[in-house]
Amino acid sequence: MAPTKKRNVSSAKTNQQSVKKAKIDINSKVDSVLESKKHANDVFDILEVLESEKEKDVIGAVSACSKLFCTLLERKELFRGKLPGEEEALSGEFSAEDKYRIFMRHRYNSCVEMLLEHLSHELYGVKDSALCCLMKFAAGEGQHPLEDLDWSEHYSFPRELILAVVERLLSKTTDNSLLISRFQEFLEMEDVRYYVMSSVRENVGKVMDKNKGAVVPLYQGNVFTLMSNISLPSKESELTNFMVKQEAKHEDWKAAKLIEHKRVFERMWLGFLKYKLPSNMYKKVLVILHDSILPHMSKPTLMIDFLTAAYEVGGAISLLALNGLFVLIHQHNLDYPDFYKKLYNLLEPSVFHVKYRARFFHLANIFLSSSHLPVYLVAAFAKRLARLALTAPSTALLIVLPFIYNLIRRHPACRILIHKPSTEDEPLEDPYLMDEEDPVECRALESSLWEIKTLQKHHHPDVAKAAMMINKPLPEQEDDISEVLEITTYEMMERDLKQSQMKSIPLEFETATQLLKGGGDVLGQHFCLD
Amino acid sequence: MGKVPKKRSIADKVRKAKTSTEIKNNPFEVKINRKKFDILGRKSKHDVGLPGVSRSKAINKRKETLLKEYKQKNKSNKLIDRRIGEYDAKMAPEDKILQRYAMERQRVHDKKDLYNLNEDEELTHYGQSLAEMEKFNDLMNSDDESEEKGLLSAELTASHFGGGGGLLKKKTSGDQQEEEGSHRAKSRQELIEELIQKSKQEKRERQVQKEEAQELTEQLDKEWKSIQALMVKKTPKAESDDKPEEKPKLEEYDMMVRELGFEMKAQPSEKMKTPEELARELKEKLQKLEADRLRRMMGDEVGDSTQSQVHMSADDLNDGFILDKEDKKTLSYQDGKWNIGEADEGEEEDEGEDEEEGESGEDEESEAEDGDEEEEGEEEEEEEEEEEEEDGHSDLESEQESEDEESKQEDEGASAEPTKTLSIEELKAQQEAAKAELPYTFAAPESYGDLKGLLHGHTPDNQRLIVARTQKCNHPSLAAGNKLKLQKMFGFLLEYIGEVATRSPPELTTIDKLIPEVYTMCQMFPEAGCKALQTILGDAGHSMEEVLEVKGHVAFPSLDMLIYLKVTALLFPTSDFRHPVTTPALLYISQALTKCPVRSLQDVTSGLVLCCLAVEYVSFSKRFLPELVNFLAGTLHLAVQDKTSLGYTVVPPFRPSGKCSDLLVLSNSESCKNWSKKSLPLSSTQHLDLQNDLDRDHHRLSCLSTCLDLVKRCCLLYKDLVSFACIFHPIRTLLSKHLPAQTLPELLQELHGEILEAISSAPVAHSRLVLDKKKPIPLKLLTPKIVEVLDYGKKRGSTREEREKERLQHKYKKEFKGALREIRKDSRFLAREKLNEVMNRDAERKRKVRELFGSLATQEGEWKALKRRKRK
Repeated sequence: MAPTKKRNVSSAKTNQQSVKKAKIDINSKVDSVLESKKHANDVFDILEVLESEKEKDVIGAVSACSKLFCTLLERKELFRGKLPGEEEALSGEFSAEDKYRIFMRHRYNSCVEMLLEHLSHELYGVKDSALCCLMKFAAGEGQHPLEDLDWSEHYSFPRELILAVVERLLSKTTDNSLLISRFQEFLEMEDVRYYVMSSVRENVGKVMDKNKGAVVPLYQGNVFTLMSNISLPSKESELTNFMVKQEAKHEDWKAAKLIEHKRVFERMWLGFLKYKLPSNMYKKVLVILHDSILPHMSKPTLMIDFLTAAYEVGGAISLLALNGLFVLIHQHNLDYPDFYKKLYNLLEPSVFHVKYRARFFHLANIFLSSSHLPVYLVAAFAKRLARLALTAPSTALLIVLPFIYNLIRRHPACRILIHKPSTEDEPLEDPYLMDEEDPVECRALESSLWEIKTLQKHHHPDVAKAAMMINKPLPEQEDDISEVLEITTYEMMERDLKQSQMKSIPLEFETATQLLKGGGDVLGQHFCLD
Repeated sequence: MGKVPKKRSIADKVRKAKTSTEIKNNPFEVKINRKKFDILGRKSKHDVGLPGVSRSKAINKRKETLLKEYKQKNKSNKLIDRRIGEYDAKMAPEDKILQRYAMERQRVHDKKDLYNLNEDEELTHYGQSLAEMEKFNDLMNSDDESEEKGLLSAELTASHFGGGGGLLKKKTSGDQQEEEGSHRAKSRQELIEELIQKSKQEKRERQVQKEEAQELTEQLDKEWKSIQALMVKKTPKAESDDKPEEKPKLEEYDMMVRELGFEMKAQPSEKMKTPEELARELKEKLQKLEADRLRRMMGDEVGDSTQSQVHMSADDLNDGFILDKEDKKTLSYQDGKWNIGEADEGEEEDEGEDEEEGESGEDEESEAEDGDEEEEGEEEEEEEEEEEEEDGHSDLESEQESEDEESKQEDEGASAEPTKTLSIEELKAQQEAAKAELPYTFAAPESYGDLKGLLHGHTPDNQRLIVARTQKCNHPSLAAGNKLKLQKMFGFLLEYIGEVATRSPPELTTIDKLIPEVYTMCQMFPEAGCKALQTILGDAGHSMEEVLEVKGHVAFPSLDMLIYLKVTALLFPTSDFRHPVTTPALLYISQALTKCPVRSLQDVTSGLVLCCLAVEYVSFSKRFLPELVNFLAGTLHLAVQDKTSLGYTVVPPFRPSGKCSDLLVLSNSESCKNWSKKSLPLSSTQHLDLQNDLDRDHHRLSCLSTCLDLVKRCCLLYKDLVSFACIFHPIRTLLSKHLPAQTLPELLQELHGEILEAISSAPVAHSRLVLDKKKPIPLKLLTPKIVEVLDYGKKRGSTREEREKERLQHKYKKEFKGALREIRKDSRFLAREKLNEVMNRDAERKRKVRELFGSLATQEGEWKALKRRKRK
C-alpha cells in the first residue's frame, strides 16, 4: 500500500495547485489513463478528487470515474475471477498484463467503495451522480462479468453491487425518499427490480432482526418508499426491458419470469410487514395495499393475517384495512366472520371527520349494496348512520343522507324506518340502543329515523333539502353518492357565492348601530370591544 | 218568409203565461199525439199538442208581420219613430225621459271633448255659450257682417225654425190679427221674403244709429281737444301723477291674478297622524317585514317571487327630526316592480316619510319625477330651510353654518343619538370640535390607500364623520359616476375594517363607530355589498381549504375574519333559507368549528366567539348546527378534570385525551372563590397576557361561563327538535357525571342546573315517522265515446257521405214541405184578410147606402108629411 500513499500525497499537492482546472485535468487524466498503461497511476489523482469537499469537483470526478471504469470494463482490462490481494499480486507470478488488471480492479473496487459512501453524502447532487455512476457500473459488470461464470449458478448479474446500493439507500439515519425516487428509473428494468427486491428482503430481515423487531421509523420509511416504488408488469410478455442480457438460457433466468417476480415481491412485502410498524406507516401501507400490492402478489391470501390484524386495530386503520379486505373477499373468496358486525362498530362520530371518509363510504356503499343482507342489519346501519349524522359536518351529511336513502331503496323492508303508519298515534321513546355492539340486538328496526327529521332543520339549505326527502316516498332511482364523496366545504360555499342570478339581495332591515349588537346580542353579552 | 223564426220562445211565453195552465187543463184544447210504441230513453216533445194556442199564435204573428207588410205594399214613404221607448208600454215615462237624456248627453260626450275631462258640457243661455258671454267681447265689434247676432227674437226663431206651436200662435196672435183671414192664403215663400226685408231694414236702421254715434263722439273729441289746450297747463302734474300710479296698480293686480291663476290648486294634504296611528303603521310595516323574513326562512319562495326592496337614502335615515324608531324602515319587501310597489303600497310609507321630512310637500313631486330610489338626497337641499325651523330638538342646530354643513351635522348627530350614551353637552362639545377641524367635502377615495390616508390619524368619531361626509358629497344623485365610486368605497371600507382589526392592539372602537356607515352604504348598494363580502368569504374559505388540503388542520380564523362574519350578520338577514352571503358565512363558521384544533386559550376564545356568532346566525331561524353543539361539548370536555372512563364521545377537532385537552382545567380550585363574571375582550382571541395562574384560571372560568351560557341558549333553541335528547346526550353525561356543579363557582352552578333541567325536561317520546299524506289522485275518468248519430231509424247508406247526403235530402224535404205549408197558410191568411177588407168595404158601402136611403127616406117622409100638412 505504500506507493499508493505516496501517490496520494503527491496527487493531493497537484490537486491543490490546479483547483480551477480540475475538471479539464480529470478528463485529460482519464484520457491519458485510457491511452496507455504508463499513466495508470493517474487513477489515484482521480480517486483523490472523488473525496474532495466541493460538490462540483466530486460530481466531475464521479463522471470521470464512470467513464474510465466503464471503458476499462468494456476493454476487459479489469481482473476477472477471485481477486488476489494487492501485495500478493505484486509478489505473485502474474504477468505484467495481469498485474495491471489486478491493480485496476483494486482501484475499481475502492472507487465503488467511495461511491457507496457518497450515497449517504449530505448533498443530493453528489448522491444522485454517485447512484447513476454505480448503476452504470452495474450495467457494465452485467455485460462484462467480473466473476467466473463456471462456479456461479447465478446468471451474470452484479448482485453484490446491487445489494450494497440497496443497503446504502435504505439508510437508518436519513430520509432518502428523493434519492429513492431517482432510483425508480432503474427499477424499470426487470432484472434490476428483481434483484433489488430480493436484496430488500434480505436487508430488511437483517436490519430488523438486529433491532429485535422494534420500530425504526426512518429506516422503515425508506424501505416503504423504495418498495412502494416497485410495480410489476401485469403480463409476462411485458418483461422486456433488461439491463443485462443473458447469452445462454435467458428464458430460464428467474429474473425473466413473472411468477418469480411475484414471488419475490410477495416475500419482500411479507418480510416487511412481519415487523411492527409505526402507525402512520400502517396507514400508508394500507392506502396503497389494494391497488399496488395485492394484485402483484402470487398468493394474496397471505395478506389475510396482516389485514385482519389491521382491521382489529380500530379507528382509521380499520377503515383503511377495509379496502384490502374487500379485495380479498371479493376476488379471493375470503370468508370473514362477523365482517358486518365489525363494520358496524367502525361507525363512530370520527368516521365523518377523518381524511379517508370518501374511501370509507365508497367501500361501505359497495359492502351494503348486496340485496342478500338481512333487513335488521341494514336497518341497524341506517339508524346508526342517522344517529351519527347528528354530529357530522355539512359535507358529510351530503354523503350520509343519500347513503341512507340508498339503503332504504335497496331494502324496501327498511321503509318502516321512515314510514310506519300503523302505530302513528302513540308516541314512544327511541328503542334503538346506540351502545349495543351487535347489530342484531340494537333494535333498529323498531325505531324510526327521527334524526333525519331533525336534520330538516339543518342550517345548510342543501342538507335541509336532502333531509326533506323522507317526507315523500323516495324516488326509485338510487342517488349516485360518488359525486358527493369528495365534496369540500369550499365547493359548497361556491355554490352560493357563484350564484349570481339572484335579482336582488335581501338585506337586514334592522338598522345596525353597533358592532356587537344584533342577532340576540349573544356576542355582546360575552365579549367586549377592548 | 212565413216561417216563424222564434217559434219556441213564443211558445214558451205562451206556456208560461198565466192562462197556460188553464189551457192545458182544458181537454178541448189539448190534442194528444198517440204513440204506437213506447221507446225507452226517448223523450218526445210532441206527445201533447195545443192546436188552438198554436193557431192563434200563428195568426198573431202573421198579423204583426205579414199583414203589416201587406198594408205597406205599394207605399213608398214611411215614418220610423226612433224615440226611445216610444212604443214600449212597459217603460215608465220617467225612465223614458231619463234614458233619452242620458242618450243625449252621451252623444254630446262622444263627439268631442273626449279628452277634455275637466270641461263639462257647454252651458248655454239662449243658445249662446255662457263662457262666450262672460267674455263680454261681443258688445263693441258691431262692424261685422253678422249683425243679426244676438237679435234672436221670437219671430225670428219662429219663422226660421217653424217649430213650437206656442210661439207660432203668439206670433199670429201678435201682429197678424188683422189679416187673420188672409193668413192661410200667405205662402211660406212670402213669409220668408217678408222676414228678410224686415231684417234688412232693421240693419240699416242700426247702421244709421251707429254712424250718428260715431259722429257725435268725433265731435266731442274735437271739442275736448280745443278745451284740452287750456287745461294742459293747469294739471300736467296731476295727470302725470295719476297715470304712473294707475299703471303699477294694474300691473300689480295683473300679477296677482296671474299668480292666482298659476298657483297650485289646493290639494288635500295628508292629515297629521296621531302617535297611535304612527305606531300602528310602524307595527304593520314590521309585521310585513317579519312575514317576509319568515317566508324566506322557510325557503319556499325560490322562484316565484321577484324580490325588490326600496331603501331610502342615507339622508333620509338620519334625518334630524325623526323619531329614533322611524329609522327602522322597510328595506326589503316583496312586491311587483318596485316602482309600482312604491306607488301602491308606498302610500303608507310616503306618509311616514312625509312625517319625517316635515311638511316638505315637494317630496312627492320629486319622487314622481325621478322615479329613482335614491333621489331623496337632492331634496335635502330644498328641505333644509324648513328643517332649520324644525329641528328644535336636535341638539346641534345652535350654529348658523352653511346649509350643507348644517344638514350634515344634523344627520350625524341624529344617527349618533341612539348609539351614544354621552351626555348632550359632551356630545355637543365633541361635535363642535369636529366641526372645527374637519373639512366638509371629501373626494371619494380612488384606492384603498386613499381611504386609509383620509382616515389616518383621526379619532373614531371623526373617522365616522369623514366617511359619512364623503358619502354625502358623492351621493349617486349628484353625479353620474358617484355610484360606482361609492360602491368601490364600500369595498375599501370593508378592507379598512379588516386592517384595523388586525392591528395590534385591534382598534375595535373605530369599527364600532363605522358600523352605521357601513350599514347605510350596504343599504344603498346591496349588490356591491354582497359582492364585497362574498369575495372576502370566498377568499377565506379558499385559503382555509388549501391549508386543510396540505396540513389536515388549520388555525382559527383571525380577528378580522371574526369581525367580517359579525358584519355580515349585521348587514344581511341570517335567517334566510338560502342567502348568497349568509349561507356561505355560516358554512365558513361551521367549517372553522370542525377543522380548527384547539391548542391554546386563545383558540378556545376564538372558538367561543365563533360559537356566539353561530348562535346569533341561527337564533331566529332555529336551524340546527351540529358543529356548534359538538364544539360546545368539546369545550366543556376541556374543563373535565378526570379524563378516564368517559361516558361520551368527543368529536374532532377535540380529542378524548392528549396534549391540549386540559386547557380549561383550573390549576387551583381555590380560584373560583374570587372570580366574577365579566366580558372577555375580543382581542383575547389573538393574544393573551395572563401573568399568573390566578388570571389564567379566571380567564378559564369566563370561557367556561360563556360556554355554559351558549349551551343553555342552544338548549332553548333546539328544544323543539325531535332528536333533542340525542343531540344533547353527550353534554348531559358530561355535565352530570364529569363536571359536577360543586367544583364550579355559584354563577356557573346556576347555569349548570338550568342546562341539566332543560335537557331532562325535553320530551323523549315521539310518534313514528310517516310519509306526508299524498293528495288523493283522482280516479281516471273514462269519458264516453261519442258516436255521431246522424239519423234515427233506418240507415240505408253505407258510407258516411251517402248517409250525409241522405240526411240532407231528408232535411231538405222536410223543410220544403214545411215551407210550402207555411206559404199556403200565408196565402190563406192573406186571402182571408182581403176578403175581410172587401167585406168591410162592402159593409161600409151598404151602411152608407142605407144611410143615404134612410136620409132620403126621411126627406121623402118629411116632404110627404109637409105635403100632407099642406093638403090639410
